Amino acid sequence: MQKFVQVEQVNMTFHTRQGTFVALQDINLRIAKGEFISLIGHSGCGKSTLLNLIAGLLSPTDGVLLCAEREIAGPGPERGVVFQNHSLLPWLTCFQNVYLAVERVFAATESKAQLRERTDAALALVHLSHAAQKYPHEISGGMKQRVGIARALSMQPKVLLLDEPFGALDALTRAHLQDELMKIVAETQSTVVMVTHDVDEAVLLSDRIVMMTNGPAATIGDILHVDLPKPRNRLTLANDPHYHALRGAVLEFLYQKQAHKEAA
Amino acid sequence: MMNSRVKHFLLHTALPPLIGLSGFVLLWSLVAHSNSSLPSPMQTWESALKLFSDPFYRNSPNDQGIGWNILFSLERVGTGFGMAAALGIPLGFLIGRFPFLDKMTAPIISLLRPVSPLAWLPIGLLVFKSANPAAIWVIFISSIWPLIINTAMGVRQLPQDYLNVARVLNLSEWKIFTTILFPATLPYLLTGVRLSIGTAWLVIVAAEMLTGGVGLGFWVWDEWNNLNVEHILIAIFVVGCIGLLLEQVLIWLAGRVRA
Repeated sequence: MQKFVQVEQVNMTFHTRQGTFVALQDINLRIAKGEFISLIGHSGCGKSTLLNLIAGLLSPTDGVLLCAEREIAGPGPERGVVFQNHSLLPWLTCFQNVYLAVERVFAATESKAQLRERTDAALALVHLSHAAQKYPHEISGGMKQRVGIARALSMQPKVLLLDEPFGALDALTRAHLQDELMKIVAETQSTVVMVTHDVDEAVLLSDRIVMMTNGPAATIGDILHVDLPKPRNRLTLANDPHYHALRGAVLEFLYQKQAHKEAA
Repeated sequence: MMNSRVKHFLLHTALPPLIGLSGFVLLWSLVAHSNSSLPSPMQTWESALKLFSDPFYRNSPNDQGIGWNILFSLERVGTGFGMAAALGIPLGFLIGRFPFLDKMTAPIISLLRPVSPLAWLPIGLLVFKSANPAAIWVIFISSIWPLIINTAMGVRQLPQDYLNVARVLNLSEWKIFTTILFPATLPYLLTGVRLSIGTAWLVIVAAEMLTGGVGLGFWVWDEWNNLNVEHILIAIFVVGCIGLLLEQVLIWLAGRVRA
């Protein structure tokens, strides 16, 4: 297996006013090129912390993270991030939001026309060409999230990092965007790491599901291989016993092995 | 029959201020009637008509039209405020961005901000040896604090999300300033501008009373020495109207930015 993203023996400790808090312990994960990985676990298990470590927004207390054989020392354009709450700049149009990213990565080597072309292409990929000149407050939540995805993809990242990208959306919009994400990933052959707390989403989209134990000192409890053939269709899968078996395995991990103490 | 929307407008939007204003004028008339030294609204109105019929005459340095007085006051406010903005806004950005600088300047700002602007006038006279720069200096010092404080507050309230975007996109410090920091801070900055122009306009009348020359404040003092109370009352209305106008323009501007 070709190692593309490597997380080696990573520990993450936060120093807060209440004392030290061990968020992650002994994390080891190797992600292959073109693989779709989901990080799932109860809230507070450090799955977003792990994603932020890969993004380079945080630095590990111990251990090392590599991307394409190079140590991750900070955020970089080869790792595109889609935030949970879209994080578009409200004073820029959708086009300008995406252009900001494109400009940063390609302005040194390409002409203005090429940059605009890239921006248009990224917006076309998420079917938002018609909303290019609109401001974020003029479009729906699902559309904003698509602009966020377009912004991340426009930098042609080696890895796409998604932090609960559809968490704030209603069920129908979420399903629609999941389908779109599947198509985009198939088209662009992206390597993806996605944080989620939605079991169906994880099974539908992932090649492997990384299941995290509860914090503090959370670690990887188990990794589930999702060997469902691609392309996947949510309607066909609804009657697929193997899909239900995989889904059951994740649910069992979350609600039996790692049941929340409060819930028990 | 009256349109119901027009009726609603007259009853709820136009009527209350109209009643308030006529009540005010009535009260004024009553006080003027019982106290002969205070001119009545009618006398003041007639005097105002005469005054505004020739606003830009120039008889001597101490006897110029009301238009000149207004313009000179506005010019002083503009100059003082402009210099305060040129220094205060960048300083506010720096203080908001760098906590070290914030802690460094906090004691000085807290100490000097509550001081009445007029207390700075002697220092201005001492340093500049002239009345006009001293008045501008007072405007400068009184309008700089809201600019610094509000700009710094806007920078501090910048959502972490936007900074994460900046980090993930690896934007340069200049690009962060122009595309994220400045637009995000602009509404706060405009609040600072509004407060600071409001203060400056309050202070200019008092400063000009002390420094003399041309200007609304000087004019008030001059007419007091002439015992022309009508003109003093007119000056009060003029100062009020211009202050109101400045405020409304800035509110309108802030609304346009937010939309």
